[in-house]
Amino acid sequence: MSKFSISIRPFGIHAILVEWPNEVDEAILNDILKFTNYLETNCLDVKKWEIVPAYNSITLILRKEPIDFDRLIKRLKQWHDECGDRAPKQKYLWRLPVCYDLDFGIDLEEVAKTLSVTISELIKQHTENVYTVFGIGFLPGFMYLGGLPKSLEIQRRAAPRLKVQKGAVGLAGKQTGIYPQESPGGWNIIGNCCVPMFNPKDENPCFVNVGDKVQFYAVERAAYDLHKIEIEVGIYTLEKTEYDA
Amino acid sequence: MLKVLKSGFFTTIQDNGRFGYLNKGVPVAGYMDSYSASKLNKLLDNLSNAAVMEITMTGPTLLFEEPTYICLGGANISVTLNNNPIEQYKIYKIEKGDIISYGRLKKGFRNYLAIKNGFKSPEVIGSRSFYYPLTSKSHLTDLTGLPYERCEAYNFKISELKVDSFLDEKILYVAIGPEFELLSDRQLEQLFSKEFSVAKEYNRMAYQLEETINGHSYAMLTSATLPGTIQITPSGKLIVLMKDGQTTGGYPRILQLSDKAISILAQKKYGDAISFKLKGISTKF
Repeated sequence: MSKFSISIRPFGIHAILVEWPNEVDEAILNDILKFTNYLETNCLDVKKWEIVPAYNSITLILRKEPIDFDRLIKRLKQWHDECGDRAPKQKYLWRLPVCYDLDFGIDLEEVAKTLSVTISELIKQHTENVYTVFGIGFLPGFMYLGGLPKSLEIQRRAAPRLKVQKGAVGLAGKQTGIYPQESPGGWNIIGNCCVPMFNPKDENPCFVNVGDKVQFYAVERAAYDLHKIEIEVGIYTLEKTEYDA
Repeated sequence: MLKVLKSGFFTTIQDNGRFGYLNKGVPVAGYMDSYSASKLNKLLDNLSNAAVMEITMTGPTLLFEEPTYICLGGANISVTLNNNPIEQYKIYKIEKGDIISYGRLKKGFRNYLAIKNGFKSPEVIGSRSFYYPLTSKSHLTDLTGLPYERCEAYNFKISELKVDSFLDEKILYVAIGPEFELLSDRQLEQLFSKEFSVAKEYNRMAYQLEETINGHSYAMLTSATLPGTIQITPSGKLIVLMKDGQTTGGYPRILQLSDKAISILAQKKYGDAISFKLKGISTKF
């Protein structure tokens, strides 16, 4: 038995929402990932079903047929009870290089001033922390990262920019993240990560999964430019380690 | 090859969309009005996910460089084949050098041009549907070439379809969304008794509605959204996500359009009226 109670509700006729308590909590996320893995490997035909985990919920989608809700709700409860001590999928810690040069970190000076820290202290805090991927959405490859230290919490910019660069690393409220493509955006931009978070040409276009960990490390402009070339010619190796917790 | 002489306002290639990447933030994409597109693919005896051309409001001028068969449907637009008017839901033989030219939009918003065996533009993660920047373009531009299979002759079972036009339909059937229970009696009454109209902000990602209902102060964590999900903002604005809509969102998901209702809405433009009706559940309104 899982220690969390779940609520299950219809979401139109082709989807169903399974929801955990309304909190940002690693233990909840772990339960979600265990359940997702159990459903994918033992219960549902993954050629028909899509599963979208995010924060405190998973949504199961059966695009081509209507769902038999009475039957499925019963079975989901039973499956959730069964999966109690199963393992989630292997998680990884990804270390991503970020260049905090002022050319990229266009709001860095302002952010440091607002938070009353030096730029080097800000970078130290941003890179010391290990962040958890609580969801992927909004744009292909956009990670909702949790675990930002309180000292780096800062409001969104008053006026959003029409164009934020691909790879821009930003801060907004309790969140930090990377813009996976050029897009409008209101986050405070403090650096740039040259590793593409979504590459449609790759067999696995987005290497990160919900539940993985991300840590940034600072690189000089020269190293950033070198990595960029390595990525373009396909010889860049991502820093990835297995993460068990 | 088909040569796009003039591309029109917003012309794209769409098939049934992408499957299996919602958990990486990739929208479904695909035919906005799948009801019309699938009728055309059936008429041509195509695979159900064959790629068609989706034409928005102002259509293109197209030069065909190989023989094939085509048919049109969806929005009612005047179209000519070598300057002779052609009809909807009827198969036409195309010869090398033929020119299709789109004219005035009469009703609806999106027209579909289907071709025997579908367009063969590149697949990007399992689909030919345009979605920038996954695909290199957001829409077709002038002088683009589009590959298709040459087809000299084939024996079609039927040459035309009688299609009930749904372009005048205003009622969108909906099912309940996961946050439906949050709605107050007042909000329910507003949702199911009022007529709404399409706001200026409407595209393949979302249709916003002009009229608002009472707002809310419910804070929820980001969770999955789907094409056809109706979200309510704190100020009571309704946003209907469409095929290119984002895969997650933080606003309550109060209603979910039926598949047919997504097609009906896809044919609406700024100012057009719609209303909602709950399917399968009788309400007191």
